[in-house]
Amino acid sequence: MDKKEENTEEQVVNPWEVSSSGGKIDYDKLIDKFGCQRFDQSLVDRVQRLTGRPPHVFLRRGVFFAHRDFNEILDAYERGEKFYLYTGRGPSSEALHLGHLIPFMFTKYLQDAFKVPLVIQLTDDEKCMWKNLSVEESQRLARENAKDIIACGFDITKTFIFSDFDYVGGLDGLFMKFQWVVGIFGFTGEDHIGKVSFPPVQAVPSFPSSFPHLFSGKDNLRCLIPCAIDQGENGKMSASDPNSAIYVTDSGKVIKNKINKYAFSGGRESVELHRKLGANLEVDIPVKYLSFFLEDDAELEHIKKEYGAGCMLTGEVKQRLTQVLTELVERHQTARSAVTDEMVDAFMSVRPLPNMFN
Amino acid sequence: MGYSKQQLLALLQDLQIEFSQCEHPVVMTVEDQGKYVGSMEGRLCKNLFMKDKKHRFYIVSALADTKVDMKVLSQRLGLGKGGLRMAPEEALIEILQVPLGSVTPFALVNESARDVSLLLDKGIKTQERCIFHPLSNDMSISLNSDGLDTFLKSTGRDPSYIDLEANPTVGKDQPPDLAAFVPSGSTVLPDPPEQAVSVQSASGNHDIANSKPKAVAEKTVKPSNNVHSVTHKSANALKPSSCFTDAEKFVEEIMDRISARVLTETKEDSIKQNGEELGTEIADRLRKCCCSELKNLATIFWNTAYTEGFHAGKASSLR
Repeated sequence: MDKKEENTEEQVVNPWEVSSSGGKIDYDKLIDKFGCQRFDQSLVDRVQRLTGRPPHVFLRRGVFFAHRDFNEILDAYERGEKFYLYTGRGPSSEALHLGHLIPFMFTKYLQDAFKVPLVIQLTDDEKCMWKNLSVEESQRLARENAKDIIACGFDITKTFIFSDFDYVGGLDGLFMKFQWVVGIFGFTGEDHIGKVSFPPVQAVPSFPSSFPHLFSGKDNLRCLIPCAIDQGENGKMSASDPNSAIYVTDSGKVIKNKINKYAFSGGRESVELHRKLGANLEVDIPVKYLSFFLEDDAELEHIKKEYGAGCMLTGEVKQRLTQVLTELVERHQTARSAVTDEMVDAFMSVRPLPNMFN
Repeated sequence: MGYSKQQLLALLQDLQIEFSQCEHPVVMTVEDQGKYVGSMEGRLCKNLFMKDKKHRFYIVSALADTKVDMKVLSQRLGLGKGGLRMAPEEALIEILQVPLGSVTPFALVNESARDVSLLLDKGIKTQERCIFHPLSNDMSISLNSDGLDTFLKSTGRDPSYIDLEANPTVGKDQPPDLAAFVPSGSTVLPDPPEQAVSVQSASGNHDIANSKPKAVAEKTVKPSNNVHSVTHKSANALKPSSCFTDAEKFVEEIMDRISARVLTETKEDSIKQNGEELGTEIADRLRKCCCSELKNLATIFWNTAYTEGFHAGKASSLR
């Protein structure tokens, strides 16, 4: 069959790869394929009404753009029925970049806005299996990553962090169909059995019975799972240089350098041409990053307008981005430096959280 | 054979490190150096070559006016009070392979200097450019700290900057915070069993919190000795963690930030623009921009207090 006649692009989305032969991910197709719905403006407004505070930047700008049954969670919430949050991280490396922080930033907002508890899973066993790390190294990385996660500002009276190696919650997941798991993860006879038992371990925290010390008697408690589809891509400034991502350990100077050197600009080749045509906002990376991290809607609009019209130059946009990201990273570093091993121990301790719904 | 200054300059060029240079008569002190480098942009640095009783060597590279107290440094390194002294001239020639008066971080390009530990003043990072000798004291070069970092990385080192003027307590419960800077991994510690935990964690933050469930922990300054630890430049970013364990300091920290904001907002044009409404305008702005920042600080304070109580509770139930 002549491939040229086929108009459909091949899009790959699975637990380890997100790519599209066409270059750009078609989010509408994605939403369809996974049985989700778009997070439309009326839903954002509803969240604002229910929580009594402005919706998070990521919701306003469509960074988190799809959901499944979120309306039902909100219906229940309105009736006074709470829910808990569940998210996690595969601690494969010590270095976290901004892309890694995004789901955690959003989860923190959800915790604060809805006043609900959160469980965070550190899949040190997954990384041990898949990346061939020793058990000790996996556990060490898990604790280091936990510090960065805690630095995002989670409330210790409402948050339980657990590592798979230390805390295996419940066996309900074992009732998943083997066939189904093979289909999603593409297992073959060569894979170790640990890889097969892992998916249940990752699914199980969505059942409240997995946390008897927290949710005993609340078997119908709903669970909301914020997650990102293409977490890797968003962190990078340049597709060709993987080192151009902004890391939470970068200094202001390094950030400035990376933005100036690597951030792909939509500005034109010359000032004259730029003033005439304006910037190409579609491909401009600094503006894209600003849309994630610049809180002020009015300022972002202003920048897009002026830059798009050619009045503002790339240098100015990059400068503003440098300021925004440096502030963000410095704030993270301050918080990170205040996280002690004792604090990690406390977050990871199996303990009751009496005020988790307050 | 050690590198010559020409070879070093060629190396810097190869590494695409931007620097400017200036030749002058031989100088033996920073003061004299200062007389000749007026045309170059940059801050003068002083460099000390030191050794300890076990024949391990250190270069301390600092801005000329940073105060370096060798007794304090010696303690922070875990060498006791009088553990550090200036290295003799022979060591200079043998290990750094530079003549007297030419101590410079660039000497680390030589293989003979591979075990020398480098302590860099964090003040260097705050300057646009700094001035050093390129292996010979009849020339000075000026470059920015990124360039210095690039050079150091090329010698296989991780550049890390420390607060040389800090004077943290070192004792039974507060291990020497710069212990990791003692060469070849062996650490000289006053109390081996207790310190083992914090020193062996080779990466991440050396957090030396007092885990005893009674008094407030006095946390010492952390060494930035690997790429993943925190390197702060601006005064704003580095917060002594005691601000989160002490309510008074916490409030002072908040007041500092708010006052700084108020001052930035009270500029001539904003006064002109808002006149009588300036108060309201500032109040609004403060809410808008400071709120989330202060909430984050409060969350840290809250989490810290809980942690303290949690461990106290655990310990008390064990008695």
